[in-house]
Amino acid sequence: MLPKREATPMAERSPATRRTLWLVLSLVFAFLYIPIAVLVALSFNEGGLPTAWSGFSLKWYASLTGNSEILSAALNTLIVALVSTAIATLLGTLLAIGIEMRRQYGKGLEALIFAPMIIPDIVLAIALLSFFSMLNITMGLHTIILAHVVFNLAFVCSVVRARLKSFDWSITEASADLGASALTTFRRVTLPVILPAVVAGALLAFTLSVDEFIIAFFAAGAGRASTTLPMQIYAMIRFGITPEINALASIVMAVSITALTLSQRLNRGVIGQ
Amino acid sequence: MSEPRTLLAIDKVSKNFGRVTAVDGISLDIRENEFFALLGPSGCGKTTLLRMLAGFETPNDGRILLDGRDIARTPPNKRPVNLMFQSYALFPHMSVRANVSYGLEMERLPAAEIRSRVDAILSTTELVPFADRKPEQLSGGQKQRVALARALIKRPRLLLLDEPLGALDKKLRGAMQLELKRLQHEVGITFVIVTHDQEESLVMADRMAVLKDGKLLQCDTPHAVYEHPADRFVADFIGVMNFVPGKATTDGVVAANGARITGKVPATLLPGASAVASVRPERIRLFPEAQTANRISGTVEALAYQGLDLQLHVRTALSPKPFLVRVTADAADRRPVSAGDTIELGWDAADVRIFKD
Amino acid sequence: MAPALAWLTALMVVPCALVLALAFFRRGTYGGIEYTFTLENFGLVFDPLYAGIFLNSARIAGTATLIAVVIGYAAAYAIAAAPRRLQPVLLFFAVLPFWSNYLIRTYAWIVLLNREGLVTQLLRWFGYTGEPPSMLYTEGAVIAGLVYNYLPFVILACYAPLSRLNPELAEASRDLGASALTTFRRVILPLTVPGIAAGAVFVFVLSIGNFVTPALLGGGRFQMIGNLVYDQFLTANDWPFGAALAMALIVIMLLVLMAQAIAADRASGHAAEARSNADG
Repeated sequence: MLPKREATPMAERSPATRRTLWLVLSLVFAFLYIPIAVLVALSFNEGGLPTAWSGFSLKWYASLTGNSEILSAALNTLIVALVSTAIATLLGTLLAIGIEMRRQYGKGLEALIFAPMIIPDIVLAIALLSFFSMLNITMGLHTIILAHVVFNLAFVCSVVRARLKSFDWSITEASADLGASALTTFRRVTLPVILPAVVAGALLAFTLSVDEFIIAFFAAGAGRASTTLPMQIYAMIRFGITPEINALASIVMAVSITALTLSQRLNRGVIGQ
Repeated sequence: MSEPRTLLAIDKVSKNFGRVTAVDGISLDIRENEFFALLGPSGCGKTTLLRMLAGFETPNDGRILLDGRDIARTPPNKRPVNLMFQSYALFPHMSVRANVSYGLEMERLPAAEIRSRVDAILSTTELVPFADRKPEQLSGGQKQRVALARALIKRPRLLLLDEPLGALDKKLRGAMQLELKRLQHEVGITFVIVTHDQEESLVMADRMAVLKDGKLLQCDTPHAVYEHPADRFVADFIGVMNFVPGKATTDGVVAANGARITGKVPATLLPGASAVASVRPERIRLFPEAQTANRISGTVEALAYQGLDLQLHVRTALSPKPFLVRVTADAADRRPVSAGDTIELGWDAADVRIFKD
Repeated sequence: MAPALAWLTALMVVPCALVLALAFFRRGTYGGIEYTFTLENFGLVFDPLYAGIFLNSARIAGTATLIAVVIGYAAAYAIAAAPRRLQPVLLFFAVLPFWSNYLIRTYAWIVLLNREGLVTQLLRWFGYTGEPPSMLYTEGAVIAGLVYNYLPFVILACYAPLSRLNPELAEASRDLGASALTTFRRVILPLTVPGIAAGAVFVFVLSIGNFVTPALLGGGRFQMIGNLVYDQFLTANDWPFGAALAMALIVIMLLVLMAQAIAADRASGHAAEARSNADG
């Protein structure tokens, strides 16, 4: 058997078929990337308007640094994302280990963990708003964090579980057999194996949290103090678009794409092991 | 008896993938109604050759003539050739019956004819009780029979089988070898089987081709290939062979220690050239008569009983590897040997094959 | 395990149960909640005015789903047919936009479809001189936005079964006399239905409950369920009715998921078999 054979769904590919397939791919990638590329290009347009290119400029990036509303929103987003990611990573990892180690699969449990990933945002958002307001909890950054942990924890858990599915639990028994305590076994054996998945899950959670809008919007309560970046962007799009938003959008995109690329790399490392 | 008609002529066919040449100028004829085996180690090009016959690869060079018509560029769905895939490739979403009738539906035959032909082939292959099962509910042997029925029902001029017994366990494989022979005889279709198992092709094939690195080394009956291998590789690949390396002389080979092996030297081998003399284990006798052409003494290192015969490993001065000797259990009973004994081995000049080394 | 489960219970299960309960109460005169049991909120959901919005949402979500599935399947097929070592790269870049901010991706379409946006500029460049076409704030814009946002997921979902498909199945079909088209229709398509279903369910569920896209690209002119729920909570102040709408949304989602689960159950045997064949 020769290694040259490629597993493709097509029996044999004529040059015409191959050209068609590449054309399809080119069109789809154009569809996916042109809107983003236009946005990024505009952020460097001196005039700021899509009507004409009036020269390369970083002035919209410069003016962002002077916009206190945006800076405070960015800070809020960072706080929410970091804190909710930290909590979600801890809880989600423990949950994943608990489930996979004891192999306690149950329909109810699965649904409970799966639900935050599929419930429409708007439903979770109004549910949390009703919940917080009925308990007379003052809303702010802390309630956004509480809310973000809900879906972040589900995502971290599913990433870590995927790794644990192929984890050979007998190596923890081997560690115990060689005299390690449960804690040492976790620290020296289990954790190093699942660490890439934990970090990948954390990066995923961080990205989701940075980008999340609707739940944060409902859980933020009144007042500008707890405005996050997506809320700020929404307001800017809704009520008066300024060229600054192109620059802001480019930065936010760059941040999430970097985080995700990292997460992806780590996960590939996981698969490679 | 007239010479059998040639069904398929492979004429100087080559195929390369980028810089790798998978099939290198192979020519061979496959005759009507024969059971033909393509044999070779992994990567020898046999699968590529088979895929060219089926139409999944197009040769870079050469012709493939089926009944005198060049089909090298005919798409797979337009040739009267069917392939039984190594993985069987049964359609998982279709029942056994639907899998088997698929090929006839493609020919747009009347429903009644399809039904009767499907029923007939299912009973030939003893699949009637499983007709409504899905492939996942079948055993390996049953899947293999479905794959066979699905290809046979098309009544192809040529049926190609890619390692058809590879996925079966050893015991089932033996039974299926005979079963395939019986079926081939019954349906009267030419079979071309690809295999890396030399024993399988010796048992099943009417004729076989041995391939290596994309080249054809030998094409003949199993008996001829076994008794008169074309070169050292074929001699080694088919069956078991003892080799004695040395230099060619006019009537044999001189081993490194000066011992002479007598045998017929091929005309192409000049005296003094590197050569290897070889002899099959079953051709070697213990305690040979005085006039035996080739005699050597050695020490028995190990013995293995294999039911009917006894296999001995004998250390000699002729070659770095111990000689393998196979004698019948009867002969061993008459004059028992045990490990550590020094014994005499002998074989006739007619049983020696000499190759270029 | 316990802290995580407690967290999910306190901040998801309880609030959702609360919303369910809320849906059975009456709206107070001044916007508050009157704690008397009633079913009238659910009745209101079926009121022609609101039922119309549901149907409208379903139509928009359905159209977006259909378009996304067709484009996504074609793209996934092309990726699966590409050289093996290129596939992970192509897949990665197909999914990458999915991970940039949803609002920003939607905003990018405002830039494109705007009266003075890129599309208009392009038309002018080609010699168009008339009034700029109105593309933004149309149903088409909402659908384009939804397709754009969820396409990567469809590609991902369709790629999975396509790449696992044993290529010998298609070859077997060709060998038995089927044309390339028949092979696609009778072998490849049926075996990749689970991926199509997963992608379709995802797009539909996220589209029908969507709030941002209709708000930004529909300019508020195209009400969808998500916007209706939003309005009940933040402008109309009719929480019980908003809660009933949210529950209706959940019911739709569950129905769609159930349909998918049934379809997947039927197909799972095939998929497993297609994979085990590939191992051979």
